[in-house]
Amino acid sequence: MEPFANLNTTWFALIGLLWAGYLFLEGFDFGVSIVAPLVSRDETDKRLCLNAIGPVWDGNEVWLITAGGATFAAFPLWYARLFNGFYLALFLVLLFLIIRGVSFEFRNKVDDPRWRLTWDWVNFLGSFVPAVVWGVAFTDFVHGVPLFPGGHYQAGLPGLLHPIAIVGGLASLALFSLHGLVFLSLKTSGGLAERARRLAMPVGAAALALLGSTVAWVAVASRPAVPGQLTGALPLGLGIAAVAAVGVGTSFARAGRDGWAFGATGFAVLAAVGAVWSRMFPAVFPASNHAANGLTIAAAASEHNTLVVMTVVAAIFMPFVLLYQGWTYWVFRQRLTRPPEARSARPSAGAGGPARAGGATPAGNGSETIPTGSQPTAQHA
Amino acid sequence: MQLALARWEFAVVTVFHFFFVPVTIGLAFLVALMQTLAYRRGDAEWDRLSRFFGRMFLINIAVGVVTGITLEFQFGLNWSAYSIFVGNIFGAPLAIEALLAFFMESTFIGLWIFGRDRLSPRLHLATIWMVSLGTVLSALFILAANSWMQHPVGYKVVGGKAVLTNFWAILGNPVLWGAFSHTVLAAFATAGALMLGISAWRAHRGAANSGERSAFLRGARFSAAFTCATTVLVAVAGDIQARLMDTYQPMKMAAAEALYHTERGASFSLITIGNLKQKPVFQIRVPHLLSLIANLSWNGTVQGIDNLQAADVAKYGKGSYIPLIPLTYWSFRVMVGAGIAMILLSGWGIWAARRRGGGGLSGTGGKWFTRAAMWGMALPFIANTFGWIFTEVGRQPWVVWGLMLTRKGVSLLSVADVALTLAGFVVVYTALGVIDAWLMVRAARRPLDGIGAGGEVAEGGPIGAEAEVPGLIY
Repeated sequence: MEPFANLNTTWFALIGLLWAGYLFLEGFDFGVSIVAPLVSRDETDKRLCLNAIGPVWDGNEVWLITAGGATFAAFPLWYARLFNGFYLALFLVLLFLIIRGVSFEFRNKVDDPRWRLTWDWVNFLGSFVPAVVWGVAFTDFVHGVPLFPGGHYQAGLPGLLHPIAIVGGLASLALFSLHGLVFLSLKTSGGLAERARRLAMPVGAAALALLGSTVAWVAVASRPAVPGQLTGALPLGLGIAAVAAVGVGTSFARAGRDGWAFGATGFAVLAAVGAVWSRMFPAVFPASNHAANGLTIAAAASEHNTLVVMTVVAAIFMPFVLLYQGWTYWVFRQRLTRPPEARSARPSAGAGGPARAGGATPAGNGSETIPTGSQPTAQHA
Repeated sequence: MQLALARWEFAVVTVFHFFFVPVTIGLAFLVALMQTLAYRRGDAEWDRLSRFFGRMFLINIAVGVVTGITLEFQFGLNWSAYSIFVGNIFGAPLAIEALLAFFMESTFIGLWIFGRDRLSPRLHLATIWMVSLGTVLSALFILAANSWMQHPVGYKVVGGKAVLTNFWAILGNPVLWGAFSHTVLAAFATAGALMLGISAWRAHRGAANSGERSAFLRGARFSAAFTCATTVLVAVAGDIQARLMDTYQPMKMAAAEALYHTERGASFSLITIGNLKQKPVFQIRVPHLLSLIANLSWNGTVQGIDNLQAADVAKYGKGSYIPLIPLTYWSFRVMVGAGIAMILLSGWGIWAARRRGGGGLSGTGGKWFTRAAMWGMALPFIANTFGWIFTEVGRQPWVVWGLMLTRKGVSLLSVADVALTLAGFVVVYTALGVIDAWLMVRAARRPLDGIGAGGEVAEGGPIGAEAEVPGLIY
């Protein structure tokens, strides 16, 4: 068999990997934005939350853009039918991602509590809405939506809000929130990390119940069989593994094993995407009414030449991307801590002076202190 | 109706996005250049300038990045028939752009913002160059996609879809290399004009503060030379593009001049009052110029709209293959005019800077230049916007030249859906634009880092009333 014989399926899997990477990474930065108002006691806490994801959220989001571009290139028909069909849902996600993206940069440009509060809300909503919509959309993928022949979806936004999809949306909201809480307890220290660990219990329980219900419901409510479909064992197994990982992650969080907890919630996200992808196979856009109306991998894929080019480019450049993104996480690996002088409610402009505490940090073991006062001289933000 | 709304939506989201793109590409390069000068010479003034403009760069890129996400999905949302037809070819550069350029930009920008105190100065400098490289690569791949729409190469049409036959042909498309040089140089010139306007204004205003004045005078001299050089090169690249356009898109060339009848030794009209098709009321014409632009010869033949239309009907069947003539005609002139004004303005800046050791730039002597440079900040944005309007409107009625008509590319949608998303984008983008402009003005008013009100250099102290709480600090 020649090496490039079955690139269709390869690219179906690669796009699944891009989505898995996206939701694993942006999952925790969504989560941090969503839980920040719950675990923050003051302005310093909020800044710690934002700074925990500040250097990486933008790079995380590029996984989505790449998934979109790869879908366009490798499966033009899938790209066209999906986004034409899920029109308003995608529009909503775009709007909220747009306002979220600017909120990180705009929030700290004006020293005024009301201004900051406004952008805190924008940051929260910009994470909350996409976190729900992605869950709704992915549940719709596995459950199938009513399609006209050729893969045309025309039931609009209400057609996506099947009860099962709403449960799926809440499940992803809870899962990302848990993922974010665990990330915060891993990346911060002191009271903030402690509050994140405590909140992980109820959020983890909710995620367990919601994700469990989604998996069970999808397993029971069948859609018309597609020829060549995988047996139910693989997707169901991955779904159960995701649910189990949520439980394991929550108990790790409770035990204060932050690294293991983050690994477990991350695994839960990856397994959930794996369950969705293996369940869809060999369709890319499954129909709930007539199986024949769905789009299959073979029908939606680009021609061989395009896929060869894409494969070569991805094989050469993806390792570099992983390398320098991984390096970023390495550079910013330390826990963030509250500086000792930051116990007051809010730093005032111009009062901080050279606030970088440096060696004066009490929790000295490799942790990093953020300056709290106004000290823009050394920074570019 | 859906078609008109979808076209308006694409125009709105693209034009808005492209206010920020050239500033991002240009400022990334300029900031990297200034930081390099600071690093190599240990020069505190360049360091302050690079931080000052770096801050503006970050405000700008925030909006640039998020409005770019829209475009990645705009094709599937409103142009799904187009997406299916071109996906095999058009999708690849888009995906490669994300993989090569967007990852690089967004990852290294995080490192640059947060890594100043955590990376060695050398490594920190490397991160901003990686950002700059990312922005330029991004331009290359997205223009590869757009150039294929202007002049399709390396494909064959199979079963109603354009299928890739030669990827190297797409990257070797002559139209791509013309457009790439023109666009990236124009982006450099945009950032240069922005820096010139702000520097001249601050040098003029900060006359009382010797530290600021000296730094911004230096910035003004540097950016005047940079803007002048890059804008001249933009014109050179544009001139090369004109010949490519005459070869591959003769209808666009004819539309640029509203030339209805084929002519030898055709003249070029600088300005027209009255009807472009019949006898105009008033016109200034430069003899033989159009022939020179189109094929570098005094008496060369330039095809007229009527002849080209007749040939197209014979080739593609009944229909009109003529773009909107007044819009193409005028957008071409606005673009060129704004470009020429930029060359004159930055040339004036170079001249003023040489006079009395920069005295012509600031103080009472620089009053008129400062005013001109501040208004001149609008010029690159006008030129960029009308340049793209010319390029895209001049391609009509085709979405892919000679292969697919724009009206065949639209999605299956209700009028209400498209109207809703159009309204949503207009509202959100307007708000973003207003906030961004306000923040940019605030950033432009900020004191230079490390220079107090009296002009003395302060070491890391707090810096005045405009100080802001640092946000993205690790």
